[in-house]
Amino acid sequence: MKLPAFGYHRAESLGDAVAVLAEHGPDARVLGGGQSLLPVMALRMANPSVLVDITAAKDLQGHAFRDADGLVVSAAVTTRALETDPETRRRHPLVAESLAQVGHPEIRNRGTVCGSLAHADPAAELPALLLALGGSVRVAGAERRRRIAARDFFLGPYLTALDDGEVVAGAELPLLPATAGWSVREITRRSGDFALVGVICVLDTDSAGRCTDARIALFGIAGTPRRATAAEAILTGEVLDDAVLAEAAAHAFDDIDVVGDIHGSVTYRRRAGTRLVARSLAEAAARSQSEVESARA
Amino acid sequence: MLDAHEPTQVSLTVNGKPESARTTPRTTLADFLRHDLGLTGTHLGCEHGVCGACTVRLDGRAVRSCLTLAVQAQGSTVDTVEGLGETAGTEDVLHPLQQKFWEHQALQCGFCTPGFLMAAVTAVEENPDLSRDEIRERLSGNLCRCTGYAPIVAAIAEYAEQVREARA
Repeated sequence: MKLPAFGYHRAESLGDAVAVLAEHGPDARVLGGGQSLLPVMALRMANPSVLVDITAAKDLQGHAFRDADGLVVSAAVTTRALETDPETRRRHPLVAESLAQVGHPEIRNRGTVCGSLAHADPAAELPALLLALGGSVRVAGAERRRRIAARDFFLGPYLTALDDGEVVAGAELPLLPATAGWSVREITRRSGDFALVGVICVLDTDSAGRCTDARIALFGIAGTPRRATAAEAILTGEVLDDAVLAEAAAHAFDDIDVVGDIHGSVTYRRRAGTRLVARSLAEAAARSQSEVESARA
Repeated sequence: MLDAHEPTQVSLTVNGKPESARTTPRTTLADFLRHDLGLTGTHLGCEHGVCGACTVRLDGRAVRSCLTLAVQAQGSTVDTVEGLGETAGTEDVLHPLQQKFWEHQALQCGFCTPGFLMAAVTAVEENPDLSRDEIRERLSGNLCRCTGYAPIVAAIAEYAEQVREARA
């Protein structure tokens, strides 16, 4: 369908954007790449009075690697720009690989990293990535600026801790230790579709093969991405042999009320998800051990 | 700040030519091309980003023109299917990829074809070494309801081969 009518403001800067959002109240929405918001409007599931376009804001461009905060991505950065950035591929391959799973290239050419986080689709990769990395979003409003950790940001399907008039101005994606292994996998009916179930995991190991850190984020299975805390507890401190990895995968969905829908039942998501987590953990563990060995050599 | 029904001048370069028209904020780039500039080669299937029929190039990158506002494309360079072929004298000359689509009968009704062409031209430009499997994966954002994809993939694979040979 055609889009409903709306006023439009092309913000010059973040300050300009938050001022216009404050002036127009809760019916005004932030427009990034529009790859989620415009379909939602075409389907009449949203009908904002004003769109504040932040893609041309001069202080919301680009990304940088910072010692304290890791990879910091500003709000106007498109998914594909970051995915194909040589430095990101080298220094944060998990980020590049996760971005490559988002929609289709044509979507990633317009859609933004921060826009996907703010949209908070429960089946999207980037909220799970932020959660797995222990990252944060930088939020700006007319009154204050604040930082919200991933675990406090995603509240429900398409629901975040953002207040009216607040903008996700940037995302902080912490870097991984050199010895960490990672994996991102998802099950989709067709390439580019939303995940029926997906996992992003990070495993760090020491020279004895013992797991020093385990982080597993699941997506597409509940209203928000979720950490598989029971599985993480099984892995931490253990030597990652096949038996331990299998045990962890078997408990990946403990304490998670998996949601089923027309695309996949609860049983399917749990069963397929358990196998997916098993493969993902094996991949991450192998990557970590190969990093440990090459560091030793 | 533009009011919802307030027309504004949108100027951009389409297929190498400067174009300009007045339109309102809600107008997508797809409708702007079709209704305001008369370039009806760009097709609209789903109008919410699923089918890929409306794919054009915006500043060299393949995008959904139904999920881009015309006002957001202000000052940009847009390439549409109309710009692919050439006119030599009175003869219309097909783009090499269009020629391959012709040879492989990679279209029946032709509705999805402009989107496939624009996406595939960009994909091969970015990576002429795409395998057939990679072509399928790369073009998965474009839907065809007639041909079953096999002739489309064959046409793109032969075009990629042509590009590789020209490059060597």
